[in-house]
Amino acid sequence: MGLTLSWLSIIILIPLAGLFLRSLELSPEQFWNILSSRRTLNALRVSFGLAFAAASVNLVMGSIIVWALVRYRFPGRRIFDAIVDVPFALPTAVAGVALTSLFAEKGWLGAPLAALGIKVAFTPIGIFVAMIFIGIPFVVRTVQPVLQDLDPEIEEAAGSLGASRLQTIRRVILPSLAPALLTGLALAFARAVGEYGSVIFIAGNLPNVSEIAPLLIVIRLSEFRYADATAIAVVMLVVSFVTIFAVNRLQRWAQNRVPAR
Amino acid sequence: MTIEVKNLVKKFGTFAALDGVDLKVDNGELVALLGPSGSGKTTLLRIIAGLDWPDSGEVSFNGADALAQGARERHVGFVFQHYALFRHMTVFENVAFGLRVQPRAVRKDEAAIRARVKELLDLVQLDWLADRYPGQLSGGQRQRIALARALAIEPRILLLDEPFGALDAKVRKELRKWLRSLHHEINVTSIFVTHDQEEALEVANRVVVMDKGRIEQIGSPNDVYDNPATAFVHGFIGESIVLPVDVADGAVRLGDRPLALAVDGLSPGASKLFVRRHDMLVGPPGSGAFEGAVQHVRTFGPVQRAEVALFGGETIEIDAPRDRELRTGDRVGLEPRRYRIFAG
Amino acid sequence: MTMQLTDAVALASPEAKARAHAEAARKNLRTEPPAVRIAIISAAILFLTVFVVLPLVVVFAQAFSKGILAYLAALSEPEALAAIRLTLLVAAISVGLNLVFGLVAAWAIAKFEFRGKTFLITLIDLPFSVSPVISGLVFVLLFGAQGYFGSWLREHDIQILFAVPGIALATTFVTFPFVARALIPLMQEQGTQEEEAAISLGASGLQTFFRVTLPNIKWGVLYGVLLCNARAMGEFGAVSVVSGHIRGETNTMPLLVEILYNEYQFVAAFAIASLLALLALITLIAKTVLERHLDEGHEPRDH
Repeated sequence: MGLTLSWLSIIILIPLAGLFLRSLELSPEQFWNILSSRRTLNALRVSFGLAFAAASVNLVMGSIIVWALVRYRFPGRRIFDAIVDVPFALPTAVAGVALTSLFAEKGWLGAPLAALGIKVAFTPIGIFVAMIFIGIPFVVRTVQPVLQDLDPEIEEAAGSLGASRLQTIRRVILPSLAPALLTGLALAFARAVGEYGSVIFIAGNLPNVSEIAPLLIVIRLSEFRYADATAIAVVMLVVSFVTIFAVNRLQRWAQNRVPAR
Repeated sequence: MTIEVKNLVKKFGTFAALDGVDLKVDNGELVALLGPSGSGKTTLLRIIAGLDWPDSGEVSFNGADALAQGARERHVGFVFQHYALFRHMTVFENVAFGLRVQPRAVRKDEAAIRARVKELLDLVQLDWLADRYPGQLSGGQRQRIALARALAIEPRILLLDEPFGALDAKVRKELRKWLRSLHHEINVTSIFVTHDQEEALEVANRVVVMDKGRIEQIGSPNDVYDNPATAFVHGFIGESIVLPVDVADGAVRLGDRPLALAVDGLSPGASKLFVRRHDMLVGPPGSGAFEGAVQHVRTFGPVQRAEVALFGGETIEIDAPRDRELRTGDRVGLEPRRYRIFAG
Repeated sequence: MTMQLTDAVALASPEAKARAHAEAARKNLRTEPPAVRIAIISAAILFLTVFVVLPLVVVFAQAFSKGILAYLAALSEPEALAAIRLTLLVAAISVGLNLVFGLVAAWAIAKFEFRGKTFLITLIDLPFSVSPVISGLVFVLLFGAQGYFGSWLREHDIQILFAVPGIALATTFVTFPFVARALIPLMQEQGTQEEEAAISLGASGLQTFFRVTLPNIKWGVLYGVLLCNARAMGEFGAVSVVSGHIRGETNTMPLLVEILYNEYQFVAAFAIASLLALLALITLIAKTVLERHLDEGHEPRDH
């Protein structure tokens, strides 16, 4: 057990402590100046804003996918069910080059979109697309088991009390799924904010426009501006801590809301 | 509201859950559907509620075709076996649900809804739990909230699926009495499903005994207990002694012993004789149709339960009053005060 | 008059009644109208096809776009072979380390009660929720030229950053949770009774572990190793930060994909990428099979 704790501290705690120690070496003004520089602010805005937008799309599309997979029988259902995990398993660099070539101006999807006047690759839309790709399993895999275990009787009860199908979905099913939906949203958001590999190829990486915060960290590192890299990292780390904390609280809230029967 | 069910058939694959069921329930009745699991009683209840549809047959409420309506339009209160309370809503909101989802045109205003919910919670004597969540309630309390929720829509019919099935024995007894008096108070035509004969006999005005998708007997509690129509009913309700007998040449035989029992109207062949344990009167040897030796005696309360090895080969258990103590080794004569013989 | 009569009869005809019943049954409580159903299924399939299937297909299409010979040639480049070797080496190191320590961590958490347990669980999960770039950054801050151990390392002439040890370390950090996460619920569910029984029968600690504990969790171990390996071979962000991109020396397969892609050597880039995609697909299939084994293990173990 002592071994476990020392291993954990070597591999996890010491590196993270190092990061925070580094950031403490900065004076508050320095810290503030780094964060309030236009490029940093824009990178954070791009990362957080697009991650939230992508997670929201995942929330909606993930719910639709879960509903189709759990409630309906259609040819290929099992294959599509398995395919949901691909973004988990596919190395991010591979996803990055694949999405880029798919959405590039001459790509299979990029060409028809370009004809419509929509440019995806090398624009913020590309970042958005990559973040949607990376986040979809989080929503599906958190909501799916909850919908599967949902007691069919509560829907029958709502119907026999006179609720229309829409009322049943809005007032009974969605609230029952709410903790899982929010957890999925938070996980997809956290993953998209930190995502690097699948985003940088398609992003275009234009400072202030399509540059994500993790990339800015890498750039600052390559310029040996370690202080800048550290400050940005600390901000992102704090946000992931808050997100994990929120997810844990959500789970506890969902469990407290009642033992099954 | 009268309910009429005609020739209902429902198959799940090759399994016939309902195999030609006819039933008429009068206004204000409290009817029990009694049978073992797989007898089709819950399927019948769900079809009446509009949660399932039959393959063929008819269901009508007050003469109007009910099968052309969905559960939503039927105005039937349904209490689920596991209550199916909405876990994310308070008790109050659970009961109010049916009122809140009504079309805007007929929906009551907030004050009227509150008053109605309060009234229902008073009716089930749980108004003090209004702000709790279902997860914080005991089984019996959940049961009563589920009932209040079903009553909120002023149902024309109340259907209850194994209403006491998930409760422990003591709570179950209390709730039985309560359900009877509640039915008396609200007087809505009600059907409940149970596999517990005691429950059916104690609560219902009329009992419908089902087995293998068919109705075996419909009658008052006394009727089905005292005059079982079929071997199944006799075996299922009350504790019975069952003896394999042979009817031939105007006599009933147990093994090779002829029994001094009437054979009027019996068809010849292998048959089963049913007697209630307490209907076997104990006398001195030679005093009854059966004779045997007492193997073992246990007494509890007002009765003694004796195991008697009959001459003819079978061993039976009888319940005798304690006015005459039985002992192991006693030879006794047994006369069935009341019995039935069914072919097969 | 007669016309009206026949109409009335037709309305009450068994067929009309049956139609009304079927219509009511179709509007049953737990289904949506067919149009809605088809719309939902189509939306799900379309979305998954565009965002998941097509990217996967495009990898292989691009890899073979100049024919199978070009594909094979790209894979037999010395650079490619070096990257494959390094990837295998790094995966072996980090899977090995995480297997041992994941087992110990899961054991400690599942079978003992101690203070700070929740904290430990959070700690184990941490690498999942930290950006891979930050995971790389922390090692640069520790071992880099200006890092806390930087000068000490230089004095002793030990190279961690921009070398294999750094890559292995960062990969181990990023893949730390997989084995422990797979085992904790499994070991918690199995409790301590069987181990206690073994010890009461005179088995030593190690015997108990190898003869009782390990057989019970073998599928879980395999599951954790599988996912850990997939992530270790595919890790990009963290490795990219610590590797220094030295050709033929510190390039793993994902890093080589990036370099080749940025040099417009698309066939070569996608050829390497196709190997990684294949790894992902095999991992998914193996995962599905293992999940079936794990589910079987959930049958009652009361006896």
